[in-house]
Amino acid sequence: MSDDRDNTDVAFRVASPGMMTTLQDGGRHGQGHLGVPPSGALDTMSLGLANALVGNVSEDALQAFGALEITLMGPRLRLVGGDCVVAITGDAEITVNDRPVETFRALALREGDELQIHRVLSGARAYLAVGGGFAATPFLGSVSTLARAGVGGFDGRALRAGDRLPLRNAARGQECAGRVGEPHLPQREKRPIRVGLGPQSDFFSRAKIARFFSAEWTISTLADRMGYRLTGPVLASARGHNIVSDALMTGSVQIPGDGQPIIAMNDRGTTGGYPKIATVIRADMARLGQMKPGDRLRFEAIDPAHAEHLWRGRQEAFRAYLARLAI
Amino acid sequence: MTPTYQIVPLADQGVLIDCGETIDIEINRWIDAAARAVRVAGIDGITGIVPTYRSLAIEYDSVMVTQRELISRLGQLVGALRVSHRRCRRWRIPVTYGGEFGIDFDDFARRHGLDREALIALHTAPDYRIFMIGFMPGFAYLGGLNARLHTPRRDSPRTQTPAGSVSVGGQQTAVSSVEAPSGWHLLGRTPVRTFAPERQTPVLMEAGDSIRFEPIDSERFTALRNDRDWLPEWEWIDDGRPSP
Repeated sequence: MSDDRDNTDVAFRVASPGMMTTLQDGGRHGQGHLGVPPSGALDTMSLGLANALVGNVSEDALQAFGALEITLMGPRLRLVGGDCVVAITGDAEITVNDRPVETFRALALREGDELQIHRVLSGARAYLAVGGGFAATPFLGSVSTLARAGVGGFDGRALRAGDRLPLRNAARGQECAGRVGEPHLPQREKRPIRVGLGPQSDFFSRAKIARFFSAEWTISTLADRMGYRLTGPVLASARGHNIVSDALMTGSVQIPGDGQPIIAMNDRGTTGGYPKIATVIRADMARLGQMKPGDRLRFEAIDPAHAEHLWRGRQEAFRAYLARLAI
Repeated sequence: MTPTYQIVPLADQGVLIDCGETIDIEINRWIDAAARAVRVAGIDGITGIVPTYRSLAIEYDSVMVTQRELISRLGQLVGALRVSHRRCRRWRIPVTYGGEFGIDFDDFARRHGLDREALIALHTAPDYRIFMIGFMPGFAYLGGLNARLHTPRRDSPRTQTPAGSVSVGGQQTAVSSVEAPSGWHLLGRTPVRTFAPERQTPVLMEAGDSIRFEPIDSERFTALRNDRDWLPEWEWIDDGRPSP
């Protein structure tokens, strides 16, 4: 971590780190040929909204600014060296100096204030953005933390107690204090996770594919930023569970030897050797990113053109909303 | 040579140009050429190009390009593709075999009825082609392992193996880049930092490059490892074949 030589600058001091808190932005795209996965926020709309609330606007609202991604239990942070404006998105219980405050609102913090994100109530993740952004050095164009490779974020890892998180330009965003956004909670949408079949669905009999769609799956305790393991009926492949290594997408649903699906998430490997029965559509990734161990889900097949229509519609509506918010 | 391929959707996340279940140098050359052609074409909306042993995945954003347009353009591009030989690098990668550097070396040698020198000779003899960089940042999957050394993976994978491990799994050998779980047999370690985030080029080697391993002793390993600026030697070759 940075030392205290420049402690006149505005920073958060981490009193307690939370369960798994990392800096994430819209992701490190286009590096798969180097074996580098995209990383980035699992719920990019909550990330974009948190940044918009504190006035962090750029050409691509989802990309340019990082925010802390908070998993289930959040950190306690003390503001040192000056004032700033923050916004927290997600369904979370938060306090400033132990008094409850609201999410989806730009909050002015004073030097010495203690901000705590106690727990995420529904969903799995909340996002904390700060006016002017966090001061972190990008790696291959992104500040997203990839702990497995020790890159991005603060020292390439999740927060630890005692860390100092410098802010880039804390004077920015003051004019946004009090700005209120509409709650955006993808976890409220209760419908199957939609997928496209393939590319190795031919490894599975018609009966197994039917089972994949009829079963209710439970997200196991082995669910992290790399992938979610599901438990449910065993999907044995007719042609074995090893393929010549093939590319993974975010959302690829792999079936390893034990017949229990693994959904590849943002910190996934770039390639994998298990057959893939399906791929989750883009529009449903944020909702999946808000799911946690014990949550249940079903899958539904839709065609790619329909998936594209859903994604474009969602992106257009979201961008239009962010534009209105900034007025 | 144009392999048989299919272009298939990966929901609205990507499309896959899939050449099937074969590990073959000519197919891998075609995929490498296709990846370069797609990169040069600069199609709007493409967000990633991932070549593998047997396929080329294209990530895209449908806000910028529809899958239908994309598949049509990719079909034209790769349908007209000619694979010409290209210049690529051949790296000299020093390896310390056995002992704490390769904890499976002795068992592996015994299993194949080889003594230390014979195993090292067999493993260092070929020019290996990098068929794919994947799984982890900078992890290099190599083709060209002598059939005598083909070995099924370990029954139970290790949860952590050191960066720079040189290992064998099935008919493949590999150079790892960061600490990672692995079910492969660890024969040795290289002091080369194939992935170094602070370096101008964080990932040293690319798919299509070649590797020749050279045995070194543990003192040399330590000396090279401690020299943060040291990089392995390499030379230009013509796509895995010695220059004329």
